[in-house]
Amino acid sequence: MTTEAATIGLTHGSSEDTGLGHRGPESKSIVVPYGFWLFILSDMVLFSALFATYASLAHATDGGPTSNQLFDRNLVAIETLALLVSSFTCGLAMIAAKRGNMMWTQGWLVVTGLLGAVFLSIEMYEFATMVGEGAGPQRSAFLSSFFTLVGCHGAHVTVGLLWIGTMMAQIWAKGFREHIMRRLLCLSVFWHALDIIWVAIFTIVYLIGTLS
Amino acid sequence: MTEDETNLVDVAPGAPHSNILSETLAYVIGLAFALILTGVSFWVASTSVLWGPGVAVGLVVLAIAQMGVHLVFFLHITSGPDNTNNVLALAFGVLIVFLVMIGTIWIMGHMDANMSPDPALMNLQMQH
Repeated sequence: MTTEAATIGLTHGSSEDTGLGHRGPESKSIVVPYGFWLFILSDMVLFSALFATYASLAHATDGGPTSNQLFDRNLVAIETLALLVSSFTCGLAMIAAKRGNMMWTQGWLVVTGLLGAVFLSIEMYEFATMVGEGAGPQRSAFLSSFFTLVGCHGAHVTVGLLWIGTMMAQIWAKGFREHIMRRLLCLSVFWHALDIIWVAIFTIVYLIGTLS
Repeated sequence: MTEDETNLVDVAPGAPHSNILSETLAYVIGLAFALILTGVSFWVASTSVLWGPGVAVGLVVLAIAQMGVHLVFFLHITSGPDNTNNVLALAFGVLIVFLVMIGTIWIMGHMDANMSPDPALMNLQMQH
């Protein structure tokens, strides 16, 4: 550490750190997940617009089927459980990855992906049944906003599944290198965020939508 | 880097604690809380014991509580000094989310109620 560098604040490890940038920029392993955190939050803002649309149009059924007639709480309960447990196993995969344990990391990632696939299949089944009953997105403003909101979440889960597969391959091929761990951390943040959005969906769309 | 220094450094959002037991325990506690809150939500929605008009509000409160559980136990957002940036970004995100949602519901509700000469013809229910 040179005195010059310390004077202009480019060095780490100064005991007089004020938290105001005297240390210089954080390492990549902090900055990248932080940037990804900002993306997640803006994604939440996107979903809030879709929620607001849905809340405004939830009763605009145009004489068609209502939320009470369409939604099956038992299916939603299974979906909720699958996604919640997958969020948990994703966390366990992160713990194993941090310790460089290949077998457990891959194992928990497989479980996470499978539970995500269970969630997605139930959602596909629900959508297909609704469209088959003539309750597709064209039927009413309520159904348009429903398919947009829940479909957007489903699209995120699909991307998450592809990402899990990609990360499993990368960990397998490259090991637990720093940049792989960074991507893995971003993946876990993404997956946990999907579950947070699902909490809002099952409450606002499915539970409040089916109150008698 | 000294012990003091380590505490000052920022942590990335989602980065777990350092000890395997407390890490796993955080996820287990989070899962338990989330399961309980989800169970209570589904029970509240299906029971007829509770006062009807309050159920929707109760469900929203339960959902917000569960989101808090997810943030704390799964995403490891804390009030510690190493988390300031994450919390500030989160606070801003939450602000925008509430502005968009409450603002829209408020304004659209009033539009629906006030701006139609004939509710039977003009309210949102009749729109395609």
